Parts: sequence; structure tokens; C-alpha cells
Amino acid sequence: MTLPQYHAARWDEPVIFAMGRPGARGQLFPDLEPGIEPAVIPPALARHDRPALPEVTEFEVQRHFLHLSQMTLGMMGVSLFGTCTMKYNSKTAEYATLRPELAEVHPCQHPDTLQGVLQIIHDFDHILRALSGMDQFIFQAGGGADAAYTMTAVARAYWADRGELGTRTEMVTSVQSHPCNPATAAAAGFDVVNLPLEANGYPSLDALRAAVGPKTALVMLNNPDDMGIYNPEIREWVAVAKAAGALAFYDHANFNGVMGKICARELGFDACMFMLHKTFGAPKAGGGPAVGAYGCTDALAPYLPAPLVVHDGQKYTLDHNRPKSCGKVREFWGNVPQMVKAYAWARAMGAEGINMASDISVVANNYMDMRLGQIDGLAISNPSVTARRMEMTRWSLEPLFAETGIGSNDFANRMADYGIDPWWMSHHPWIVPEPFTPEAGELWSKEDIDLWIDVVARIVREARETPDLVRTAPHNQAVAQVHAADFEDPVLWAMTWRAYLRKHRPDAARRTA
Amino acid sequence: MSASPRAHPWMALSAPGQIDAMLAQIGAASVAEVFEQIPADHFRKTPLVLPPALDSEIALKRHLTQTLRRNQDCERNLSFLGAGCWQHHVPAVVDEIVGRTEFATNVWGSYQSDHGRNQAWFEYQSGLGALLNFDTVQLPVYSWGCATGHAIRMAARMTGRRVVLVPAFSDPERLSVIRTYCQPPEMDRHIAVVTVAADRRTGGLDMADLAAKLGPDVAAVYFETPGYLGHIETHGADIARLARAAGAETIVGVDPLSLGILAAPGDWGADIVTGPTQPLGVHMNCGGGVGGFIASRDDERYVREYNGFLVSIGQTNRPGEHGFGLASSHQNSYGMREEGKDWTGNSTYLWAIAGAVYMSLLGPEGFRELGHLIVSRARHAARLIGAVPGLSVPWGDTVFKEFVVNFDRSGKTVAQVNDALRARGIFGGKDISDEGLGLGQAALYCVTEIHEAADIRRLVDALTEIVA
Repeated sequence: MTLPQYHAARWDEPVIFAMGRPGARGQLFPDLEPGIEPAVIPPALARHDRPALPEVTEFEVQRHFLHLSQMTLGMMGVSLFGTCTMKYNSKTAEYATLRPELAEVHPCQHPDTLQGVLQIIHDFDHILRALSGMDQFIFQAGGGADAAYTMTAVARAYWADRGELGTRTEMVTSVQSHPCNPATAAAAGFDVVNLPLEANGYPSLDALRAAVGPKTALVMLNNPDDMGIYNPEIREWVAVAKAAGALAFYDHANFNGVMGKICARELGFDACMFMLHKTFGAPKAGGGPAVGAYGCTDALAPYLPAPLVVHDGQKYTLDHNRPKSCGKVREFWGNVPQMVKAYAWARAMGAEGINMASDISVVANNYMDMRLGQIDGLAISNPSVTARRMEMTRWSLEPLFAETGIGSNDFANRMADYGIDPWWMSHHPWIVPEPFTPEAGELWSKEDIDLWIDVVARIVREARETPDLVRTAPHNQAVAQVHAADFEDPVLWAMTWRAYLRKHRPDAARRTA
Repeated sequence: MSASPRAHPWMALSAPGQIDAMLAQIGAASVAEVFEQIPADHFRKTPLVLPPALDSEIALKRHLTQTLRRNQDCERNLSFLGAGCWQHHVPAVVDEIVGRTEFATNVWGSYQSDHGRNQAWFEYQSGLGALLNFDTVQLPVYSWGCATGHAIRMAARMTGRRVVLVPAFSDPERLSVIRTYCQPPEMDRHIAVVTVAADRRTGGLDMADLAAKLGPDVAAVYFETPGYLGHIETHGADIARLARAAGAETIVGVDPLSLGILAAPGDWGADIVTGPTQPLGVHMNCGGGVGGFIASRDDERYVREYNGFLVSIGQTNRPGEHGFGLASSHQNSYGMREEGKDWTGNSTYLWAIAGAVYMSLLGPEGFRELGHLIVSRARHAARLIGAVPGLSVPWGDTVFKEFVVNFDRSGKTVAQVNDALRARGIFGGKDISDEGLGLGQAALYCVTEIHEAADIRRLVDALTEIVA
């Protein structure tokens, strides 16, 4: 196998606060026109110090941040980052959203001036309804976790309306659900019940039956899970939850392998969530702006955050008059450009393309499983599950780690040396030791997937032959391995340049003060 | 899998023969076989019917641009809308940098491979740190309201108290988010949101009402300067002093664009500062440009309560070299699930990069010029509008960029006036008549650096004509 002779750009780029010269300018503002009286701020309220911001030219700012972008891999190699579904992000859609007809639009404009964007939101809502069977979607949540939070807020309003919020105090989920489910439920005020896993990879129906009851407000489930295991009892799960009166929420984060195959409503769910910055081709952008599209049945719709987009056959309007609404989870209607990009993705794929994408995702993952299974030192999670996995599989480096002391963190460091984005390991807690979780999705070619696996195989060999090379990686990156301990020590950590100067360069801090 | 006549440009394995070859390699007879885990009766029964695919870039572009052209925008029209989403100048370099595919990518990134992105994040935190004179700034959360919600919850955890005081003159959008974060009253961990009356002579907080409500159960006092209605709070230091004496935290919301001319709240007593990030180089995006910051002193009591990502500078194995990582990260929900500090997830981190570029371009003099330009033009507009017969502008001489226009004496409603303005290509201020503020027929106008004297004159002439 011939691997690329990759080396990241390395500019030795200073922090921009260490650049420039007094009086340099990157942006000028016009003088006040004659006739406008300069405002005076009372001295007690006025700023008397100069904020210690960079003083640099416009070009220096441009060059600096271009250097920073060049020192960012940003999946411009191969990224099979599981649980996040790496996709191509359409530049056609991106450029459409940069036009003033969207970028320079204010959400409080009269709805008559918003007919284009409201039409897109309305039509996209209907696309998601077709995929899920739900009756209404909203897009206010700023990410998947925020959509889970939306579910908890809707559940509160639903139970408050029935006079049972004081007694429906629990949310039930599995120990391996995404952390956002238990965390948002706890922040919303619910007590969290975590169900343990059985050997088959999911909690037992008996455990669920024992956990749900008159105190259960809702259950939050993902399926398939991050191991690539599909819970075949999910219908029974929903039935047990609903028999106890609880609401059933489908965290559809792992939708890519079941797009067009599974319909949340047909399985009995009351609500579900799609991640537009993931499954629907809008860029995640390193952590947002993102959208968690939240859909629910008509029974839950009165409790949704306002406003909703409605169409009377002629005009699109915003319905703010929702007396049973749970209140807002975020200002305005959501990350509108991301909705437009996700709509563009769905329109460019069509039903046939979406079905093909889930086919490809699952076939490609099974190809990956076959090749990874041939590498000595790796072990698949839940080995007793022999059926073919879904669109991703959790693997373990435990055998190699026991043999060499090289673990999945070391691998992540070393992968970057080959121009491959470090793999996703696992959310905490690590149920599978030394985990890694690849996901192919529909974007990548066989050559890309083969290169990724070849890199893993190479690092396995290095772990045995030159373990220090792996342990001290990265070597071909913009910077060397970072001292992780610095970030846990209150004496050392520095979240701003001014904190850095104060803690680490007190002489310089005094000079700039 | 149904045979597609052509490979899809976004799916490499859609090329003819690719999937069949892969199926052969894994020993599967058909695509159906790889879905063997799913019970037969779980597959959807309703056929998936979606609008026909737009199967070329040409068709997609035409559809998107034609649909979006049904919008009216604030470039072709003259807009005075603000209230949580403001029209400011976005420098072209900001657009170039946030559009770089390495940043606007699908991947979350890692500290090993995405050093440049991490440095940009640190520079965002550092820029806000410089404006706020605070050492600790977190990567942005979803919005200003969400930032304030988290800050209130931080204060509740730190003090063990369950009441927050907020101004009666609050943005209903933000207040609704804050109430959501504070949980409904039926719940055991509910935080009571109690409003403090406004001093109607000044637009600021009523200090007597504040003192009366500032009991031993109060976790935090939250107020904004400039406030929702634009007023610059003159009693900030007194409020912080009273709060401290009562054992409560002082949380202050602030417009970062005011900080070139207004003292940083931490310098007069704020403990936690929140605010919007959209003014820092992000387009309005129909409300989809919002984000919120949280900042404080570098005091471990506060740092340990943050919910999200705190990027820290650190050392690497190469002497003298900087790298970046996440400080105190175990406390968030990725580290501790339901035991973590609230929750975190994808947020608005691309806008952190926009903010870093924006603050670097402006520098200290840019922020001073910008603040001065905004406040002078806004007060100028407030004076001219207040002089129009039938209109009045309360507190117009103490505002930053937003101000209230009252239409009661004109005999017209804000809705009528705004309809007439819109017919003239002008978007009037947000109608706040029904927000329960007791201000009559009133609109919240916003004037920024993009409004030239001639724009303000055009508005005033139009208003004069409409209410005549």
C-alpha cells in the first residue's frame, strides 16, 4: 500500500494579538455627516481604556486567517467520522444563501416580504413529514441537542396541560444514548433513568417495563445505535412506553442508514428529530450553526415553540398565536440558511437518491467491516451480534492496546499525519474499550475507504514496530502534540490572550496594560 | 436498489457497477441482505413521495434563487428593524474567511488536524476578552437568550438560590427563552423569573423596586445595557453593588459593538456578561445569524460552571510552540451526560470565526469609531423623529442604537404606519405595541453605521407625510 506523503501547511502563525503595530487599521468608518451632533457619553459610563485588540491592516487579517484555514484539514482528506455522517456540502446551496435575498433579511419583516423563505420552510417541513410520518416540523433548535431539549420542553407543556407535570418527573433512556438526551432532560428538570445494555447491544424489554410507569414523562431512544445495531424490539419499546402513558421520542441522529426505509410514525413514535447539518447535507461548520429539525404528531403540535409557518393556499404567514406553546428554545425561527441548504439537498437527491444514499451507506460500512476484520489487533463491538451492521460500526483497539500499549487516542494523533481526519472514538463513558467508530456514508469512493483502512493498517504495524512514533504523533501536522495536562490546570489554562499574558508572560502583560 | 440512469454527483458509489462489486466482495447477494437486522414489518409501508428531484446544478440554482427572490431584503429596502437581529456592515474579508471550505466543512475537526480553526476560536475568545476586560470567554452558544439562560443557571448552582430578577422592559423573545431555561413552576428545580419595574422617567431599572425584591432567595440580577429599548443603564454599578450585598450574582447583557465607547461591565461590577455575537460580522440571515457569548473572570468558581467549550492555549512538544485544546472539558455533557453542566452540542462556532476576523479588522480604534458613529446617528434620528408632529421618542438622548417611537398622538397604529412605510420601500421599527410594556402604540427603531444622514432624512420625511 502506498500512502500519501502528506504534510500540513505550517506557517508558525502567531496569535493575531501578537501581530501588528500601534495605529495600524484594518477597517475605517465614515465621519459623521455635517449636521449630526456627536453624541456624548457621560464619563461615568464611558470607556477610558483602549480595548487590547490587534492593530493590523486589512490584508494582514485576510492573510492571517487564510493561513489558519490552510492549517485546518477540515475533511479535505478522507473523514469517516462516525456518528456525524460526513457529506458533501453543496456550494450551489451555500452561494444561494449568501445572496442578499436571504443574508440581508430580517425575521421581523412583514410576512408579505418573506414569501420566498417561508415557502422553502413550508415545503421542507412537508419533505420531512413524508420521511417521518409526523404532522408538523419546526426548526428553532440550534442543533441536535437543542432538538432533544425542545422535546423535553414540549413534554413539560404537554404534562402541565394535563396537570401531571408534578408527578411525571422521569425520562427513560439507554446508557448508550447520545449524551444530549439525558443531559437536556436533566437540564429541563427531569430525573434520568438509564437502562443498562444486554449482550445483544440494547436494554431488555423487561428492564424497560420495570423502569416506566406513572412517573415516566417520556422515553428518548436512538436506533440504530452507534454500534451499528438495530433494536428489533423498537415497536414493543414504543408500545410499552405508551402503555404507561409516556411520550416516545425518536432521536434520529443515525438516520443515514435507514433513510427511506424506516418511518418513525409507523413505528409508533410521537416525535422525532433530524440533524440538518449532518443527514441533510448542510455543513456542520466545526460545530454549528446547525439545525435540529423537530417533528411531532398533531397531538403534540399545540405545545411546540412558536412561530409555525402556515399556508392558506395563497400566502405564507407565521402563526405566533399558540396559547399552549412551551415557549421558545431560541430566538426567532432557527438557522434559516441551514434549512435552505438542507432543503436543497433533499431536492437535489429526491426520493430515489435518498433511498440510494442509505443503501450505499450500509453496503459501504459492511465493506469496511469486512476489511477491518482482517486486521489483526482490532475487535468489533458486541461480537455476539453476527448480523450485518447498519451504517456505522463501533470497533475496539483493545487487543492491540493490550499488546502494544497504543490506544485509540494515539491512533487519532497519528492518522492526521497521513492527511486523514482523526477518527471518532466514542461518547463517554466508553462502554467499548479503546473505541473507534467509522461511518462511510454515501459520499466517499471505494478508493477513499480503502485509503482510510490502509492508514489504519499502517498504524497498527507502527504500533508494533515503532510505537514511539505513534505515541508522539502528530509529526506532519501544523503543530506538534499538545500538552493535554495544560488544559486541566487552573494555573495554566488560558482562554484568552490577556489571560495567557497574565499567567505566562507577566512582563508583557504589564507592558500592554 | 433501483437502477439510476446516471451517477449522482454527490455519491461516488452511485457510479455504475460500484455497489454490485462491493456486494460481491462482502458476499451479499443483494442490497436487501445488508439490512438483515431490520424486521420485515419495520420497513415503511407508505411509499416515500417527495417533490421530483432537481437533477442538475442548473435546475437547483434556478429554483433556489427564484424562490428566494420572492423575499424583499434590507439592501433594496431601507430597514430600521433590530430587536435581537441587527443590520450591521459585514466586511468582505469576514465573508471570505467563513466561506473557506476548511471552516464551513461537515466535520467537527480535532485538535490534531484542525489547529488553524482552533486558533481562530481562541482568537474569538481573546477578542471578546479584550472588549470585556474579562479573562474567560466560552465559545458561543445558540443565542443571547440561551447564553443568559445558561448564565442564570450557573448563578443558581453557585448560590443555591432559585430566583432571578429581570427587567420588566425585556425583549419577549429573549425572556421566553430565559423562562424555558428556568423550567415551569411545577418542577422542583424551577428558577422563579421575577420582573423588576422600569423607571418610566429614564427607561432604566426602578431602583426602589429592585431593592425591594432583592431578597436572600435571589441567585442573580440580570439586566442589559443598552437594554431592549436601547437605553444605556446609568445605575449599573449601583445595581451590582446591591446585588453583591444581597449575595446575588450580577449578570449583564451587553451589545459588543458598544464596548468601544462604553465601559466594560466587568469594570463596574458585573460577574457574568452575556451578549449577542451576530453584530460581530454575521449577516442577519433571517434570524439565522444569532449566537450568544458568556464571559467572566478567570475564577475557578465560575469556570467550573460553564456548559460548553472553553478553548485554551497550551504548549506542544516543540519548544516555544502554541497549541490549543479544551479546558476543563469533563464538566460538560459530553463528559458527564446528565451530571454535566446543563448541556452542549453543535452550536454557532462558525460565527466565532466571523467574530475573530471582525474584531481583528476593527481593532481598538475601529470599535471606538463604530460606537461613536452608531450612537450619534441613532440619537440624531431619535431627535428628528421626536420632532415630527404626532410622534414622540421617550429617552431618545440616552440610547445606543435602538429607541422607542410612540405614535399615540398621531391617531395611527404602528401597523398602519409600517404598511405605509413599506409601500415606500422602508421597513419601519418592530411593532412593540402588544408586548405588554405599557408604551401604547410604539415601535422599536434601530439605527446603525449603515444608516447615512440621507437615509434618516428619508425616514423622517416619510413618517411626517404618513402621520400628517
